[in-house]
Amino acid sequence: MKLTLKIWRQKNANDKGKMVEYKLNHVSEDMSFLEMLDVLNEELLHKGEEPVAFDHDCREGICGMCSLYINGHPHGPLQTTTCQLHMRSFKDGETIYIEPWRAKAFPVVRDLVVDRGAFDRIIQAGGYVSVNTGVTVDANEIPIPREVADLAMDAAQCIGCGACVASCKNASAMLFVSAKVSQLALLPQGKAERKKRVEKMVAQMDSEGFGSCTNTGACEAECPKGISLTNIARMNREYFVAKLTSNNL
Amino acid sequence: MELNSKIPEGPLAEKWSKHKFNVKLVNPSNKRKYDVIVVGSGLAGAAAAASLAELGYNVKCFCFQDSPRRAHSIAAQGGINAAKNYQNDGDSVFRLFYDTIKGGDYRAREANVHRLAEVSVSIIDQCVAQGVPFAREYGGLLANRSFGGAQVSRTFYARGQTGQQLLLGAYSALSRQIETGKVKMYTRTEMLDVVTIDGKARGIVTRNLVTGKIESHAGHAVLLCTGGYGNVFYLSTNAMGSNVTAAWRAHKKGAYFANPCYTQIHPTCIPVSGDHQSKLTLMSESLRNDGRVWVPKNEADAKAIQAGKKTANDIKEEDRDYFLERKYPSFGNLVPRDVASRNAKQMCDEGKGVGKTGLAVYLDFADAIKRDGLKTIEAKYGNLFDMYRQITDENPYEMPMMIYPAVHYTMGGLWVDYNLMTSVPGLYALGEANFSDHGANRLGASALMQGLADGYFVAPYTIGDYLAQMPADKVTTDHPEFKKAEAETKAQIDALLKINGTKTVDEFHRELGKIMWDYCGMARSAEGLQFARKRVQEIRAEFWKNVKVVGANEELNITLEKALRVADFLELGELMIVDALNRNESCGGHFREEYQTEEGEARRDDNNFAYVAAWEYNGKDKDETLNKEPLVFENVKLTQRSYK
Ligand SMILES: Cc1cc2nc3c(=O)[nH]c(=O)nc-3n(C[C@H](O)[C@H](O)[C@H](O)COP(=O)(O)OP(=O)(O)OC[C@H]3O[C@@H](n4cnc5c(N)ncnc54)[C@H](O)[C@@H]3O)c2cc1C
Ligand code: SF4
Ligand code: FES
Repeated sequence: MKLTLKIWRQKNANDKGKMVEYKLNHVSEDMSFLEMLDVLNEELLHKGEEPVAFDHDCREGICGMCSLYINGHPHGPLQTTTCQLHMRSFKDGETIYIEPWRAKAFPVVRDLVVDRGAFDRIIQAGGYVSVNTGVTVDANEIPIPREVADLAMDAAQCIGCGACVASCKNASAMLFVSAKVSQLALLPQGKAERKKRVEKMVAQMDSEGFGSCTNTGACEAECPKGISLTNIARMNREYFVAKLTSNNL
Repeated sequence: MELNSKIPEGPLAEKWSKHKFNVKLVNPSNKRKYDVIVVGSGLAGAAAAASLAELGYNVKCFCFQDSPRRAHSIAAQGGINAAKNYQNDGDSVFRLFYDTIKGGDYRAREANVHRLAEVSVSIIDQCVAQGVPFAREYGGLLANRSFGGAQVSRTFYARGQTGQQLLLGAYSALSRQIETGKVKMYTRTEMLDVVTIDGKARGIVTRNLVTGKIESHAGHAVLLCTGGYGNVFYLSTNAMGSNVTAAWRAHKKGAYFANPCYTQIHPTCIPVSGDHQSKLTLMSESLRNDGRVWVPKNEADAKAIQAGKKTANDIKEEDRDYFLERKYPSFGNLVPRDVASRNAKQMCDEGKGVGKTGLAVYLDFADAIKRDGLKTIEAKYGNLFDMYRQITDENPYEMPMMIYPAVHYTMGGLWVDYNLMTSVPGLYALGEANFSDHGANRLGASALMQGLADGYFVAPYTIGDYLAQMPADKVTTDHPEFKKAEAETKAQIDALLKINGTKTVDEFHRELGKIMWDYCGMARSAEGLQFARKRVQEIRAEFWKNVKVVGANEELNITLEKALRVADFLELGELMIVDALNRNESCGGHFREEYQTEEGEARRDDNNFAYVAAWEYNGKDKDETLNKEPLVFENVKLTQRSYK
């Protein structure tokens, strides 16, 4: 296949950045999207130009490192991660627009690489069960009904990629935060700290500059792991109960 | 140097408890005077950093990804072993110990493996307490599955994402300590050197991957939890960033590198589709429970398939060779990983491989679908079939899957004693980075167990013993040794940036990978290894003359990052070959063509090779010195593995 690529190039956080056009002539349908970019980068290197920087690691759809806003969709046209997207999803001769995640809370580091440290800081605010190593009971002393464990697992699948934020016109992080809040609120191990947890995580989310949720559902539609909006509803409930009954941290 | 493995005295089952009692302790109020550096945030690193911080030490933790949650451990699918015996099927600590020693083809240390089996039980308790959503039975108790190399059901799992859930558990514990301020986390930071002062590890030199800044960090001990080196083969199932740099730089500072030739090739991966291929995808081993492996009996049929003139469904039943079932009637398609991989390669070498490249064999579910119905197979493997379809654009419900072996795991690594300390005092290695408890072959679901055992339950104890005997005075990074290491690191970077050659880093890496795969992969021979050694030396020499690295150090520079890693792979590759040449036997993942039985099976040589080969660095381009740690077996009897 032949492709025209329009790619966001930005030298560093302070650079203004611009779209730059590239032509690629020998793209195979079996390539993954990132392998297509590898090919471009090899060509650029041979010309002595700087390659396009993008984040990636596992290339198996699980680490959450890859991003890319492709033709107006985070992770491109399918509901997968960019690394699992293959070129057969595109047409010969097509022009593809490739941009970084756009959100105030995710500043661009270089080209297509953004800083998602805000997600880590939200987890640090309370996305855990406070248990020290070795201070536990036998695992089977906490039976958990299978349906509950399954729901918790559904929520726990979030890979922290940030596509939900990138897809949202308000750049809200609600889907990401609610996935972790849900997982731990559903499980007996997480119940003791549930009020404090949701309050602290939401407070951190707000302070990072993510927008508010207006229930458009774009995040759910674009999430590569199928994280459901019901998690947001659950988090809202958790939050109201916490606000009504706790000490308002 | 004399290798002292520091295995405690006493009966096997009591060694660890006794040792824990005998080690010196750091008084709780003194712990905050000690700084510990943890490189890596995978299962081993995140678990160690969190646990050490909980104990009161000051921890600095490093990873090259943008978040500690993305370490390569996240990709593990199948599960984690533990001797819980929840199924009441006769499992025990001793059985897990025995299976691991035997699976490793009797090339691991008994005492370490027994300890691993002992603490496996606590790992599951720990993970559940953190909120890891393991699979459960309807009654609410934990579910188990069985895995290769074991006759009991002891593998815990979280759908097909066990590594992800375990890592997110460890990451949550780490996050909690970051919040308390006991851990300072450095993301997008790559360790490029270990600094030793008076023979002890006292810190590291790092490069900030965003700004290029070279910095030093001082501490009382350094833990390397930096994963395996499978990417020396260019194509592997490892994450793209996985590298040997931390371990290799430590090796050059005096840490012995043990058994580098022990690599694991996993039989069920999606075959290579073209030159553009950047990595390989693992398909869970569980597929071999129902899939039948075959190739056409006749080369002519294979040729026709390769040319696209025939498909699998055109080959009549009597023209198919179910080679694993034919050769190993009692284990059939469920032979261990090394045996399955080697046989697939042999078929392809004989010209009977399928797919465009001829480098694939079929894994056929037609019989299973006929027997159990489409629904059952879909419920069992649906997500794997979908993944296969997404990558290959073929429907495995209608056409047999194509699979081929791929590099997956490295059993070799930094030599460590029973305390997980390398041959450099104060420098520890945990997880896949050490030479590990898996001997010459790792059983499925045992790497996650080992990473978490090392991080949660072993290092936090053993490190206290070292620190308690060391004054708490701090060294500063103004010390000349730090300045020297920084200067060397900068010089190496400058040298790379100046070459401005004509070949890209990836081109060199691919070339190295191909040599390693062809000559130091599934089957090795003295002749091939000698040739490969020469080739690797040549590629390395050319790299330093002709590699093209653009841009500057003071920016996010993906080419420079890769160049630094590939430079180390080019050195490691040679040592792997040297180690493979030295080991004149076949064992586990190391198969030397000269040493096989008449039926073509691996032939171990326990009289001459029941030792750990620990290599000592002697300087640039000099031959390394071999140090041997004899392996003493007091609790198991060495037997030849047979799966006929
Ligand atoms: C596809 C796949 C599936 C697997 N499935 C299973 C399974 O089902 N069961 C099982 O038991 N095992 C499995 N394994 C093996 C297992 O996942 C790994 O062996 C294990 O997770 C390694 O953990 P680790 O903590 O040692 O290292 P890693 O998870 O690799 O972590 C390495 C860490 O070190 C950091 N690092 C590395 N170098 C540097 C440096 N120079 N500077 C700074 N930081 C650095 C990285 O950023 C990372 O944080 C699988 C492996 C693969 C590839
Ligand atoms: S909720 Fe979905 S889109 Fe958002 S970070 Fe998690 S996996 Fe990515
Ligand atoms: S690179 Fe890991 S999810 Fe895409």
